[in-house]
Amino acid sequence: MYAIEAEGLVKRFGATTALDGVDLFARSGTVLGVLGPNGAGKTTAVRVLATLLRPDAGSARVAGFDVVRQAHEVRGVVGLTGQYAAVDEELTGTQNLLLVGRLLGLSRRDARRRSAELLERFGLADAGGRRAKTYSGGMRRRLDLAVSLVGRPGVLYLDEPTTGLDPHSRNELWGIVRGLVADGSTVLLTTQYMDEADQLADDIAVIDHGKVIATGSPDELKAKTGGQTLEIRPADPDAVERVAVVVAELTGVAPTVRGQRLSAPVADPAVPAAVLRRLDEVGVPVLELALRLPSLDDVFLSLTGHATGDANGNGTGRVS
Amino acid sequence: MTEATIAHRVSPVQAARHSLTLAWRNLVQLKSNPGELAGFVIQPLIFIVLFVYVFGGAIAGDSASYLQYALPGLIAQSGVFSIMATGAGLNQDITNGVFDRLRSLPIARSAPLVGRAIGDLVRFGASLVILLGFGMVLGFRIHTGPLSTVAGLALVVLFGVGLSWVSMLIGLLAKSATTVQLFSGVLMFPITFGSNVLVRTETMPGWLQSWAKVNPVSHLSTAVRGLLTGTPVGSSVWWSLAWTVALTVVFAPLAIRAYRRKV
Repeated sequence: MYAIEAEGLVKRFGATTALDGVDLFARSGTVLGVLGPNGAGKTTAVRVLATLLRPDAGSARVAGFDVVRQAHEVRGVVGLTGQYAAVDEELTGTQNLLLVGRLLGLSRRDARRRSAELLERFGLADAGGRRAKTYSGGMRRRLDLAVSLVGRPGVLYLDEPTTGLDPHSRNELWGIVRGLVADGSTVLLTTQYMDEADQLADDIAVIDHGKVIATGSPDELKAKTGGQTLEIRPADPDAVERVAVVVAELTGVAPTVRGQRLSAPVADPAVPAAVLRRLDEVGVPVLELALRLPSLDDVFLSLTGHATGDANGNGTGRVS
Repeated sequence: MTEATIAHRVSPVQAARHSLTLAWRNLVQLKSNPGELAGFVIQPLIFIVLFVYVFGGAIAGDSASYLQYALPGLIAQSGVFSIMATGAGLNQDITNGVFDRLRSLPIARSAPLVGRAIGDLVRFGASLVILLGFGMVLGFRIHTGPLSTVAGLALVVLFGVGLSWVSMLIGLLAKSATTVQLFSGVLMFPITFGSNVLVRTETMPGWLQSWAKVNPVSHLSTAVRGLLTGTPVGSSVWWSLAWTVALTVVFAPLAIRAYRRKV
């Protein structure tokens, strides 16, 4: 049973094609991570699914309602939290929640109760009487999320919910998202952070240049990239070069060197033990040796030929 | 989304409730913002002090008789100033994402626009009363009756409705708040100061006089002056109403079309 089913979505803005036939499926009660760099079409896809944009072609159903023909019904079941916290800065936290509660038809009393409940749940109870203008970035995001939950939506869109947040606020938000899913909500989460998708998503759709280029669970995607990666760090910083020679000889590939850490893809499971033995023979003590599945960063790189994020985004830089 | 498909989903009563809730938001913004609230109350006072007490003596010989002339004009002029804020507010909502949030809710499509207009008109009505109140404390005297006074204020509010379509159109089309301010300013100054609000037009050079004579704000200010102090009204009330209708006929469809594109 799918809460979100989108097929062949196309959206053009003038000469730019933002969505070029996007298919997205989110199973009820799960998190679908939509992963891609800036400008890949993630936000456009969310805006179509939230009825804010009309697709030029293709169709989408949310909780069984068509986003074009039954837009009003769709609005009744979805909650939207954008990249930029869309709260009224001139109003207090409580007033922001009351406003939406009243617009959704709650009585004054019910709207008050719901506001208090959400402020409490999102750790904003003490700040409820303050204007949103005075909130920190993390508080604003939490308020924004709280506002989108006033109507208890079954489907929630989180468009890059942690972009620009500090690690602590990010962890808090991840906890909240897990809680929502545990309560039965379906979440569509867009992100350009691999670890975020890895942490939260049950399924991932990788999107680039307006197209879905891969789908699957995080583990499936990692498996698609094939083999594992050997990571190794010698105790003596000066030994890096000697280690590189050994690794290259045994794996057949020159390892990537980052500081004192070397990594190389391995296909043969016997290689790590062989590397360790050889290093022991030549007298190079090893501080760290690990065998890991490829990260989603590796996956993205191998799928698209360029790293995630934009040039000055998360530091990985664009290859193209 | 077309109007036809919306109609059967949100009843007119619900739509009105949505608009009123959003008007409430607009008024709460003012209430919970001490700086803005102070500005809202103090600005009329500053206008009176500036125009009546700083310039009044030089323009009319003594400030007491100038107050009698200028206050109705200031009331008309404040309409232009306050209503231009509607477009700025609308534009701000669009740029900071509040508008998208509202559009993602199952509410009447027209509510964000209507709610803002209603909220701003209520603010505007209150500011007129404050302006008149200050004026009376400082010695302004109404020489007509309460009915005529109410009619004068109502005329200004009505003109404000007409003008708010222009303001909304600017707010909907402008890319940023700065553009809104620039456009509103370019529009505002000729129609407020190029009028008989502060001075009799006979003292102006001919070309400016001809503008000041057709300027809707001149008509409005003559009408309010007459309805409050009993000076001759002439056809000014009709001109004011005609301008209101004309602004609405021309700009309401344009603003609504621009709005539909956004919704």
